[in-house]
Amino acid sequence: MSKLAKPGVTIKGTKDGLLFLLDETRPFSALLAEIRHKLENPSSQIWDGPDTPVLIKLGRRQITREEEKELRRVFSIRKNLIVRSIEAEGMHYLADSSPGIKLLCGTIRSGQVLEHRGDLLFLGDVNPGGCIRSTGSIYVLGALRGLAHAGSEGDESAIVAASVFRPTQLRIAGVISRPPDEWDESEVGMRFAYLLDEQIAVESVHDLGQIRPELEWRDKRFKSL
Amino acid sequence: MGESIVVTSGKGGVGKTTTSANVGTALALEGKRVCLVDTDIGLRNLDVLLGLENRIVYDLVDVIEGNCTRQQALIKDKRCDTLYLIPAAQSKDKSAISSQQLRSLIAELKEEFDYVIIDCPAGIELGFKNAVSGADQAIVVTTPESAAVRDADRVIGLLEKEDVGKPKLIVNRYRPRLVKEGGMMKVDDVVNILAVDLLGVVPDDETIIRTGNQGEPAVFEAKCPAGRAYRNIARRIQGEAVPMLPLERQSGFFSRLRRWLGFG
Repeated sequence: MSKLAKPGVTIKGTKDGLLFLLDETRPFSALLAEIRHKLENPSSQIWDGPDTPVLIKLGRRQITREEEKELRRVFSIRKNLIVRSIEAEGMHYLADSSPGIKLLCGTIRSGQVLEHRGDLLFLGDVNPGGCIRSTGSIYVLGALRGLAHAGSEGDESAIVAASVFRPTQLRIAGVISRPPDEWDESEVGMRFAYLLDEQIAVESVHDLGQIRPELEWRDKRFKSL
Repeated sequence: MGESIVVTSGKGGVGKTTTSANVGTALALEGKRVCLVDTDIGLRNLDVLLGLENRIVYDLVDVIEGNCTRQQALIKDKRCDTLYLIPAAQSKDKSAISSQQLRSLIAELKEEFDYVIIDCPAGIELGFKNAVSGADQAIVVTTPESAAVRDADRVIGLLEKEDVGKPKLIVNRYRPRLVKEGGMMKVDDVVNILAVDLLGVVPDDETIIRTGNQGEPAVFEAKCPAGRAYRNIARRIQGEAVPMLPLERQSGFFSRLRRWLGFG
C-alpha cells in the first residue's frame, strides 16, 4: 500500500520549465487523472503565473496518438502551461509512430485525385487540375501546382507544405482559399499553409516552429535537466 | 511485326493531324512501310493534308463493317510508295466502331507495315479511347500554352492507365521570339510540368499552313524548319539519337556585329 501512496506523477522545477515525471508502472489513465487532479486543484498557486514550458518524461513507456491528445488536453486546463516536449526513455514516445506518415511518389496529373487517410509525404508533382487530399497534413517534395486539401475530415491543425508552393487552390478542413493572382516570384524556398483564425495563412517553413511549437525539434544535448 | 503509335493531344487544333501526316511521310521517306489510320470519324482531315481526298472510295468504317477488304481501303500516297492511308468515314460518327474492332484491325496492319500511325480525335471520349486501345506507343502533341499543356497533362494521365508505353512529347508551334519576350512557355517549363520524354520541338512555321492547303506535307520542303524538325522526330522514333535543332534563328551578320559592339 505504501507504494500506491507514492504519487505516480512527480513534478520538478528546472530552469527550462516544469518537468513532469510519469511513473511507467501505473496505468496511463490513472496518471491522467492524477495530473488533472493536480492541475484543477484551485488551492495550488503555482499554476498561475507567466507562461511555463512543460517537459513530460514517460519513462519506459510509449503512448498512442490518442493518449498524447488526452495528455495535451489535460494540460490545456492551465493556459500558461505549454507542453514543449514528450519523451520516453531510449525510444520514440509514440507507440505508433511508424504508420504516422505515409510515403508515396509519382505525378498527380490533371483530373487525377490522390486520397489518403493520415499524414502524407508525396514525392513528385501535383499538376494544375490534379488534387491531393488527406485527412491529415500533406507534405509535397516537389511542385504543388494543383489543389491540396489537408484535414479533409475537419482536422484544423493539418498543414500543407511543398518545396515549390504554387497551388491553384488550398483547402484546410472546411476553409477554401486561393493564392493571390500574382505570385511573387522572389518567394523561393519551402512554404506551408495552416489555419489561423478560420483563414488560411501561408508562411515560410522556417516559421513553422513558432506556429507549431510541439513539432519543433530542439537540440537537447547540452541541456542540464 | 510493326509498331503502332497513336498521336494524341486532348486539346484540338494543336497539330495532331499535321504531326501524323509529317511524321508518317518522313518515316516513309526513310524507306519504312507506313500506314496512317485516321480515327477522327466524322471530321476527317488527314486525307486533305496528304492531298488524297479525291481518291477515297472506302474508309475505316467500311473495312470494319466488312464492306470492303483491307487492301481496298488502303490508299497509296502520291509521292511515297511505302506510305498508305486508311481514311476516316465522314458521314458516320465515333460510335460506328468499337475499340475491339479497331484493335484487331491495327493488329492486322502491324503484320504488314513497319509503323502504323493512328491519328486520334480531340477530346478524351469514345474516339480517344478507341484510338488509344490499338496503340503500342503514344505521342502527345502540345503547344506551349497553358490550356494545351493542361489538356496534355490530363491525356498523359489517361494514357498511363492504358497499356501503352510511357508517352513521348512533341512541343508544336514553338515561337522562340515570343518565348524570349516572356509571352510563351519555355520548352523546359512544359517538359517540367508534364514529366515525360521530349521527342521534339517543332517551330511555328507558315510553310505548314501553305503545304497543308496544297495537300503536300512540309517534310518535302528542304528549307522548312518545321519539316526538318519532323524529319528529326521520325529519326528519333526509329531509335536514332538526333540532337535537338537550335530553336533560336541563326544570328545574322548584323546581329553578331551588334553583339560584338556591345548592343544587345
